[in-house]
Amino acid sequence: MQSLTNRKKVVSDKPMTLMEKIYIPAIVGGMWITFKHLMRRGNTVKYPEQIRPFAPVYRGMHVLKRDEKGRENCTACGLCAVACPAEAITMTAAERKKGEEHLFREEKYAAVYEINMLRCIFCGLCEEACPKEAIFLTDRLVPTEFHRDEFIYGKDQLVELVDNRIDITKRQHTGKRTK
Amino acid sequence: MIKVTIDEIEIEVEPGTTILNAARMVGGEIVPPAMCYYSKLPGTGGKCRTCLVEVSAGSTADPRPMPKLVPSCSTSVMDGMIVKNFTSERVFENRGGIVEFLLINHPLDCPVCDQAGECHLQDLAYEHGSSKTRYEEERRTFDPIDIGNTIKLHMNRCILCYRCVHVANQLTEERVHGVLYRGEHSEISTYIENIIENDFSGNVIDVCPVGALTDRTARFKSRVWFLKPMEAECSCSKCSGKAVVWMFGDEVYRVTTRKDEYDEVEMIDGKPGWICNECRFEKKDLSKWNITGPRKIDRHSVISQGKYETKIGRHHKKTE
Repeated sequence: MQSLTNRKKVVSDKPMTLMEKIYIPAIVGGMWITFKHLMRRGNTVKYPEQIRPFAPVYRGMHVLKRDEKGRENCTACGLCAVACPAEAITMTAAERKKGEEHLFREEKYAAVYEINMLRCIFCGLCEEACPKEAIFLTDRLVPTEFHRDEFIYGKDQLVELVDNRIDITKRQHTGKRTK
Repeated sequence: MIKVTIDEIEIEVEPGTTILNAARMVGGEIVPPAMCYYSKLPGTGGKCRTCLVEVSAGSTADPRPMPKLVPSCSTSVMDGMIVKNFTSERVFENRGGIVEFLLINHPLDCPVCDQAGECHLQDLAYEHGSSKTRYEEERRTFDPIDIGNTIKLHMNRCILCYRCVHVANQLTEERVHGVLYRGEHSEISTYIENIIENDFSGNVIDVCPVGALTDRTARFKSRVWFLKPMEAECSCSKCSGKAVVWMFGDEVYRVTTRKDEYDEVEMIDGKPGWICNECRFEKKDLSKWNITGPRKIDRHSVISQGKYETKIGRHHKKTE
């Protein structure tokens, strides 16, 4: 029967020649390849002394952004929690009171916002779902901890500080927010 | 009985039936959407223009097509009438235009709005609207008015369907709210900011097709798609006591009437199943309700997300 894909190889079973039988040329050939690589620059970096640069769209630890006036962007709309395939995000909404206009951008805000970093698979769907440009994944790594409950990040770890902004300008989902 | 053809489906209806109700007898895709018409509230309809349909033959006696699209909620059928809803390109295009008009002054605050997920305008915009607005002027805004501790009025979101006014007219003893001013300045308001204190005033929340009137006792508690709607009963002297409770775990977050596929209140014992304010706002305790079963929800609705098991989930449970 003729092959349909033409990808098969016929196994050869012919006896070795004298040159092949003494193995020396093959060993020398192999050593030559090793020697060649000794001269080249290596492909690895010496972590942690040297850190490889992250891609601007690397999906690491989340950040909850504030707007240019320092108000939190998140309105607790719940779209990130719906989009999350790992069910890592939970939140509780609250109504903004009078006098809190400088803290929260809209009428409603997230009083509690938690991401379980052990559940999170860093797929970035929350970032894609967010209509308010509030949540972004960054190129920061989630540090290791000793206890499981320390991986549940609340607003204290997620919301960026007013005087220490996280740069997200290179990410793909910026510029969605209107006005 | 007279014969009418809607989207190539022929049915016989009583004379005097409107096109919309004739279409609802068949059901499915041929039913035009309605933002202001509410079959349980006589006098509603004819305002929002989303239910416009094409009539390609007026009747057997006069088979000329009607020159303009007609509102199906307030046009009665004629013998031999041929109506086109989803089969008509013109209707679809026109509906897109109507949605654009409705969205001119409607704020884009779905992430904040409690109605999101069960909002008619949202559904309509999703099906017909475009993702960009062409409107450049400033949107109409109103100063917030406090109309009591139980109902929250967001006048900016109102599309002036007048349903709530009809509820107040027909269900409650005395109407204390209505529409003030005219044209673009029209606004739903209580006269001199009267607080709505009638026993059935809470039903305006359920008839509101957008998020202009929402339940203040459940305000911002949770999004509808995270809640579990359950059919529940209680003994109530004022109303039927049959409602839907929206639960989160074992907590009751919100109580609403039971709504049918057109988002209208269901008939219970031959009467519309409106619920009283006590059931709606005060019975937020599971011990006060007798849960009779889960509420059926359209599989494609966002509310059904995460509530029903998939085949894989069932299998997983079995093997555990």
